Amino acid sequence: MAITEERPLALPSGGQVRPEPVLGVFRRPTTTTGWRSWLTTVDHKKIGIMYGAAALFFLIVGGIEALLIRIQLAAPNGTFLSADAYNQLFTMHGTTMIFLTVMPIGAAFANYLIPLQIGARDVAFPRINAFSFWSFLMGGIFLNTSWFLGGAPDGGWFNYAPNSGVIFSPTNGIDFWNLGLIIAGFASLAGAVNLITTVINMRAPGMSLMKMPIFTWMALVTQFLLLFAIPVLTVAQVLLAMDRLYDANFFNVEAGADPLLWQHLFWIFGHPEVYLMILPAFGIVSEILPVFSRKPIFGYPFIVFSGIAIGFMGFGVWAHHMFSAGIGPLSVAAFSLSTMFIAVPTGVKILNWTATMWGGKLRFDTPMLFAIGLVTMFTIGGLSGVTHAVAPADTQQTDTYYIVAHFHYVLFGGAFFGFMGGFYYWWPKVFGYRLSEAWGKFNFWTLLIGFNVTFGPMHILGLQGMSRRVYTYDSGYGFSFWNMVATIGAFIIALSVLSFVINVFYSKKKASSLPPVGPDPWDSRTIEWMVPSPTPEHNFDEVPTVTQLDEFWHRKYAEDDDGRVRRVATGEEVAQSGDGTGVHLPSPSYWPLVVTVSFPIIGYGLLYTLWLTLVGVIILLVGLYGWVIEPPDDIDQPHGPDDDHDDDEPTAAEASDQAGTDGAEDDTEEADDATSDEATESEEAPVG
Amino acid sequence: MADTTLTAPEAGYDPDHHMGEHATTTGISNNKLAMWVFLGSECMLFGGLISTYLLYKDRVPEGGITGRGENGVFDIPFTSISSFVLLMSSLTMVLALSAIQRADHRAFRTWVLTTALLGSTFIAGQVYEFTAFYREGLGFTTSIFSSAFYTLTGFHGVHVTVGIVMLLSLFVLSIRGRLASSRAEAVEIVGLYWHFVDIVWILIFTIVYLIP
Amino acid sequence: MSAVDAPAPDEVHDTEHEGHDHPSDKTYVKIAIILAILTAAEIATYPAEDALGSAVIPILLVLMVVKFWYVAAFFMHLKFDTRMFSWMFVSGIVFAVAVYVVTLLTFHFFV
Repeated sequence: MAITEERPLALPSGGQVRPEPVLGVFRRPTTTTGWRSWLTTVDHKKIGIMYGAAALFFLIVGGIEALLIRIQLAAPNGTFLSADAYNQLFTMHGTTMIFLTVMPIGAAFANYLIPLQIGARDVAFPRINAFSFWSFLMGGIFLNTSWFLGGAPDGGWFNYAPNSGVIFSPTNGIDFWNLGLIIAGFASLAGAVNLITTVINMRAPGMSLMKMPIFTWMALVTQFLLLFAIPVLTVAQVLLAMDRLYDANFFNVEAGADPLLWQHLFWIFGHPEVYLMILPAFGIVSEILPVFSRKPIFGYPFIVFSGIAIGFMGFGVWAHHMFSAGIGPLSVAAFSLSTMFIAVPTGVKILNWTATMWGGKLRFDTPMLFAIGLVTMFTIGGLSGVTHAVAPADTQQTDTYYIVAHFHYVLFGGAFFGFMGGFYYWWPKVFGYRLSEAWGKFNFWTLLIGFNVTFGPMHILGLQGMSRRVYTYDSGYGFSFWNMVATIGAFIIALSVLSFVINVFYSKKKASSLPPVGPDPWDSRTIEWMVPSPTPEHNFDEVPTVTQLDEFWHRKYAEDDDGRVRRVATGEEVAQSGDGTGVHLPSPSYWPLVVTVSFPIIGYGLLYTLWLTLVGVIILLVGLYGWVIEPPDDIDQPHGPDDDHDDDEPTAAEASDQAGTDGAEDDTEEADDATSDEATESEEAPVG
Repeated sequence: MADTTLTAPEAGYDPDHHMGEHATTTGISNNKLAMWVFLGSECMLFGGLISTYLLYKDRVPEGGITGRGENGVFDIPFTSISSFVLLMSSLTMVLALSAIQRADHRAFRTWVLTTALLGSTFIAGQVYEFTAFYREGLGFTTSIFSSAFYTLTGFHGVHVTVGIVMLLSLFVLSIRGRLASSRAEAVEIVGLYWHFVDIVWILIFTIVYLIP
Repeated sequence: MSAVDAPAPDEVHDTEHEGHDHPSDKTYVKIAIILAILTAAEIATYPAEDALGSAVIPILLVLMVVKFWYVAAFFMHLKFDTRMFSWMFVSGIVFAVAVYVVTLLTFHFFV
């Protein structure tokens, strides 16, 4: 009575043709190499790498947009860009950098590292994980096609109503923004559900919550922020889309609507968003600093709890973005106070990092440089942030370049420096070779200098009264000099990013003549370094039993009789060999890609012609049902190098269980059939 | 008598599945945890829509369409009945779950189909209601009240529809013999979603319809 | 064979859930009856609106919360399942209520 599918293939299978038909429309993809394997993979490591690569691509797109803005502003009365083009560029620069660069890089690290740091073989729902990535990519591409279809969104990344209404922004740009970010929102939401479940449920034996690596902790808090913040943005965007596409009245002031509603909804999402961009970087830095200071992190529980506190309090400060919007003195006072309070847990972290370095034997490799860069640059940004908490000062600073300087110091000087450090730190684990130190140091110093030259002067410009989002300025205001400086700085940043790209290729080429990097190039502390570099497909040969925080370090070092800590083993000795047998991994699948392809089609349909929507919905339904009837785990197929199915029983059970139940839900639209996914799994149900 | 009750629970348990559940750190099933995490997130979604409605409901011109205020178009007795139908579908849902857990597949199919039918009745009622309101002159674009009302209840209606599709899928799977009682958890997860949708309607019914 | 149709609650206990007992069908029906009565009470406030005066809103809100609790606790098994689920759901509710009530406050909605 099983549903046996005899139809011919609709997509190339990519590998050897398998003799028996399997459930579902497509034959089960089997390749593990080549470009097709990337399209169908459900491996958290490959998905993490794709997240990172896509985010770097969008970084370059957003960076080019930034350079165009800086060229326009380099001199007074610039004519390089029209006002309209300028509006589109700063809107897309902000949107791209936030939603398509910083958030996905955070997701890249979370995807790659969480399962490794907690000793899991994959995430809880591998196919949903693939869905997340493709959904993000589809959203990003959809949003960027607006450039070619009548103009990009032009209302700022926050798209304040009623300025974002059809009257003030008649092109489809903001519709692309709405729908593209809703699609990317599915990715965030599905990813959040998936990773929260993973961290709660799939930790290695013995790894209690307070023995989890800090990166995993911070990523977990991030996922909770996403979980609760993204739906609010979705609500706001649905309302705006209803207004723009179907003439609803949510932000129609004539009909009595209150545009402040948009600001509230947007910033209820928007402020947690700020923290969910920075927290992964905080986690990365908290991993790097102890390793390169050769000391344990100072005050692990403080770091963890301050991270949780930042997450909680992040939901209580949103209206400080609205001090100048007329929300009333009581609200201003309350949010002013809560904003000052949130500086406390952040300060705790800064102190912990400083104390971690204090008295340590510091090694100034590139990851460490970037980590220190984060600590210092973020501190500057944090301090200018506290000045915004003071409402009267904020009223002066709102919508000036002072704000621009502030948030670039926290998001660029904070998050991005942390991510760069993370790239240099984990690169050997991911790709099996180290990035060149010489290029790395060049990369760091140019970034540091370029960054400060660009954004430091903006503090001055802002205090002088230069407005954000205005496409040019007159020569008499005294803005000219610092604007020119900032533009020069922007090109130094571009040079730095270029040097990173060069470093990647240069080091890869050079690595072929170097000895393999080994599992533990940095003398690290957490268990992801116990697997060979690059990480084998099955992660751990055998999941280690965790007895303490920094498990890997404790396996390498012990106290001798005199009570002095001595190295008792090298990383190579402790690490696993990577030839795990009997490891059964979840099977790749086409369906997440098919499902997500429908989203942009539905989006274009909503904008242009309704029956294209119908096509999209049909693809969506076919994709979901294909997903549902496909057995989550292909029982015929071995996955590990020597899959003998006999030993390692719990692992096999775990792998099949976790895969089996993929699909519990992603988001409202898909929730339907995805859920019956579990239902379909048992292929031999003994039911009458 | 005694032996039947002893054997009944054993009927469809699949040891593999059982073992899989214990592979998790907490012993909690991944699927159920994920569903609850997702429902936590849904609270923010419906909270936003309900708040929008609350903010806008009284900001309408005096008198409104019918002279009784905009929400004068509400037909409380009618909506009460359809609310009651949805509420009772939660009972049939939970009975379906209980049936499949004791491997009573006939009862399961009856109850799950009943749940889907009750849900469809509710949706039919909503469609009728929307049409009636529209005829009385309350269109989607009429006022900020109407936009907020239709968006909130429409969003809920979409959720119910999605739930009906899931229930019917379960029914079809059961008919085709692919829903062993070892997979009762799938029913439980659909059930969680269904009850959540019902809970949201409990809120909407009170906040939108009953509170004057 | 009738025993199969209506097993007592204790026997229906299943190994695949986390060692908790689900209530029996009878309990579910009882809960449904309670819910029906509560709903009737809610609807009864509609014709009685004038008599109740300003008390009508608190009455309705209390009834709403009670109904909410019954469905979540019994039909969704929160009362019997692991605390983790309650935590997830309650944190969603708490965040939503907190954030949106503050938002409405800034619009002077409650005064």
